[in-house]
Amino acid sequence: MAKLHFSLVAPERELFSAEVDQVDAPGTEGDFGVLPNHAPFMTTLREGRVTVRDGSTVRLFDIQGGFADVGPDGFTILAEHAVEAA
Amino acid sequence: MASLKEMRNRISSVKATQKITKAMQMVAAAKLRRSQDAAEAARPYARRLASVIANLAAGVSGDGAPALLAGTGREDRHLIVVAAADRGLAGGFTSSIVRAARERIDTLVREGKDVKIVCVGKKATAQLRRLYSDRIVENFDLSAYRQFTLSVAQPIADLVTKLYEAGDVDVVTLFYSRFKSVVQQIPTALQLIPATVEGGAPAEGASAVYEYEPSEEAILETLLPRNLTVQILSALLDNMAGFYASQMTAMDNATRNAGDMIKRYTLEYNRSRQAQITKELIEIISGAEAV
Repeated sequence: MAKLHFSLVAPERELFSAEVDQVDAPGTEGDFGVLPNHAPFMTTLREGRVTVRDGSTVRLFDIQGGFADVGPDGFTILAEHAVEAA
Repeated sequence: MASLKEMRNRISSVKATQKITKAMQMVAAAKLRRSQDAAEAARPYARRLASVIANLAAGVSGDGAPALLAGTGREDRHLIVVAAADRGLAGGFTSSIVRAARERIDTLVREGKDVKIVCVGKKATAQLRRLYSDRIVENFDLSAYRQFTLSVAQPIADLVTKLYEAGDVDVVTLFYSRFKSVVQQIPTALQLIPATVEGGAPAEGASAVYEYEPSEEAILETLLPRNLTVQILSALLDNMAGFYASQMTAMDNATRNAGDMIKRYTLEYNRSRQAQITKELIEIISGAEAV
């Protein structure tokens, strides 16, 4: 199955960058999930939690504001603040 | 001719200075590595943001474009933000930035433009105040911050945006030192407002099929102020790395100079010590002969 290239970038550093199966993120107009081969899509983000799924592993990040860009070469979140949730 | 005691004192004082410059060099080297990493870690964000904005800006042009991107349509009033170091002892680091800024300021003034200045960093303020005290609107002292984060750059960006939105300035340019390598930092002018969009329109037609939430304009509207802050932050991070690189080089030179001085003084000291011994010997021998 095709994979989705996802990267989560905060101003100070890149927190995550890898091939994954699915990413859920909190958009300003509602939460959304992104699977591989998603149509190009851009949105601003609100405060919330980003869920990254790859196989059976799940990683969670708390972000505050930012911006999501789903393009042909993957999914990028530019967060204003981001920390990995325990 | 200085007495032997004076020369001994001089040698030991140069030695003490050398110890200090050596220590500063090593501290700067350690901090350089850390700040270089920080500057590098911040790049992906700035680069992505710039490319997204370039993408969006290609789609949004003309009347719908936000003021930060489009500008006021005039360029009579300039705001120059000069970002340099908060501390000294770093060779010509601050001077080279200030010199670049001064050239621009003088050119603009000659052209009859209105120029305002914002200083970032204590040393920049000190150098610019002497020349343009009436043009400086604000100065920032960042010496209290050990690490630069977005919250450090935010007040600067806020001030710039405020001045722009109040209609006091048309063009905002940031002067800082781009960190190219440890031996090369280039004083650079970066135009913040109107935002410069790099690379023209990448991926022709790509923006047409994009879906936007909320609208393209609304996204651009939130991204541009953030881009401003991020640009200032990366300039500050570059500055910090450049500052330590420059300090390291300056202190390395100082240490070497001190070494040369010590060698010269020691030679001189030994020579006059031997001269004195010889003189004393001659006195003793001629005294013994006289008996």
